Amino acid sequence: MTIASGDTSKSTTNGASQPLASVPMIKAVNVHKSFGHIEVLRGIDLEVQRGEVMTLLGPSGSGKSTFLRLINHLEPLSAGRLYVDGSLVGYSERNGRLHELRPSAIERQRADLGMVFQRFNLFGHMTALENVMEAPVGVRKEKRTAVQKRALELLDRVGLGDKASSYPSALSGGQQQRVAIARALAMQPKLMLFDEPTSALDPELVGEVLDVMKDLARSGMTMVVVTHEIGFAREVADHAVFIDDGVVVESGEPAQVLTNPQHPRTKAFLSKVL
Amino acid sequence: MTATTAALRSVEPVVKLRHPGRWITYAVAAVLAAMLVNTLLTNNNFGWDVVGHYIVSGQILSGLVKTVELTVIAMAIGVALGGLLAVMRLSSNPAVSSFASAYIWFFRGTPVFVQLLFWGYASALYPRLGLGVPFGPTLLSAETNSLITPFIAAILGLGLNEGAYMAEIVRGGILSVDRGQTEAAQALGMSHLRTLRRIVVPQAMRVIIPPTGNQVISMLKTTSLVSVLAFPELLYSAQLVYSQNFKTIPLLLTASLWYLLMTSVLTIGQHYLERHFSRSDRGPSRRNIAAQNVIQQPAEAR
Repeated sequence: MTIASGDTSKSTTNGASQPLASVPMIKAVNVHKSFGHIEVLRGIDLEVQRGEVMTLLGPSGSGKSTFLRLINHLEPLSAGRLYVDGSLVGYSERNGRLHELRPSAIERQRADLGMVFQRFNLFGHMTALENVMEAPVGVRKEKRTAVQKRALELLDRVGLGDKASSYPSALSGGQQQRVAIARALAMQPKLMLFDEPTSALDPELVGEVLDVMKDLARSGMTMVVVTHEIGFAREVADHAVFIDDGVVVESGEPAQVLTNPQHPRTKAFLSKVL
Repeated sequence: MTATTAALRSVEPVVKLRHPGRWITYAVAAVLAAMLVNTLLTNNNFGWDVVGHYIVSGQILSGLVKTVELTVIAMAIGVALGGLLAVMRLSSNPAVSSFASAYIWFFRGTPVFVQLLFWGYASALYPRLGLGVPFGPTLLSAETNSLITPFIAAILGLGLNEGAYMAEIVRGGILSVDRGQTEAAQALGMSHLRTLRRIVVPQAMRVIIPPTGNQVISMLKTTSLVSVLAFPELLYSAQLVYSQNFKTIPLLLTASLWYLLMTSVLTIGQHYLERHFSRSDRGPSRRNIAAQNVIQQPAEAR
């Protein structure tokens, strides 16, 4: 009955050209990203399987958040190929050349991906309930009554059923982030992206957000999480990727990467974080 | 000991600092106020009886109505045009944003009084106005003076000028909304227009409203410039009266009192408008609690 399990079936039927379970949810091939003369990503190759939780770790400025923003095309990539559910993100490929998609096509791609931001970014002029309902009603044109029911269920699920009519300014950081997660889930995404979801929170509020994320992971949601929470990565992630200076330095099982890192840069980073 | 007594009583009596300077300012203010009242009552040149007669006279009231009309229509044009120009100026299309910049540059860079005169003398520049194919045949045409009446000239002059100022106010409001709001909307698959309409503009309103209120008040007073076009708004109506009876000061006072009354009403209206648009700063909204109860009750009944 969880929302995520409903999505898994949806994404396999709704998927693009190759609706096979074998198609990875995310596939990055030699992804580059430059801002002006600064090359932030210098050839990222990785795959995220369906139902998998991947954590991206690395020092600030390593490019991990940028990579996350490429996945829903908040930033266009500079070179390489990035596929979500078998389809190129933001482009179509004809005769080996990338062609920019129309805005409406990009919007349709984004609507299928949930994103949670470091600074929550809840819509300040809307209540928690209105925040959660806005996209399903406005973008997907779903019936208001059905969406409202689902939105209240989602708020309940993140433990905020009693805060539906509160404005973001009346909620704590942890509560705001949980509403933000409910807002993303309301679109029934096939994939959830988390950009340092606990970095802006007071230490005592981190746990409540991580609990919601753990619950989501258990329900089978495919998740990519940029985080500094090593404990969360070790406990929940199926896959940990360490990025530094725009390249994947090390990747594998969290137990392996986090407790017995092979690369000196991973070791140096973990010794500072832990 | 002292600490415990202080803790027991929530408010401790403190000897307040004395402000002897305040009594001096009170005294000065009282003397000045008395002088003002005295001169208002004793100087017969104010002509309060004349003011009392004309303040509700038909001629002045019809001017007042026209002033309000001008203000409302010119502001409506200004706000609509300003919103459009602000979005154009922020557009990624260089032709569109340059046009908006050039418009704002021109209309802010010349006095509104001169612009009004230009519209008033439009027929000297183009005696006839026509509609047709560019560089091709003209389909419709008419005398400029029959199209651009003093009223139309006033509306165009005030409205087009206001558009430039409103554009900058709206643009400032849009830019004041955190970039994260737009990103969150984009990530949910919202289109550019929907993001603007549903997310950015409502939150920009609290930055846009206060200066817009000032613009309305300013517009109300700027309409008096239209008297130069011989359009009988409030000031020109007063001028028409005193050109015949030579009671200049009482009629200027009459007009001023009406301007003052209307700007006071607008100031009060602005206060309530600002309060309305800052509502998300204050606790849960009643409307939403009510809506939620309606949905939750049947669920509990089951």
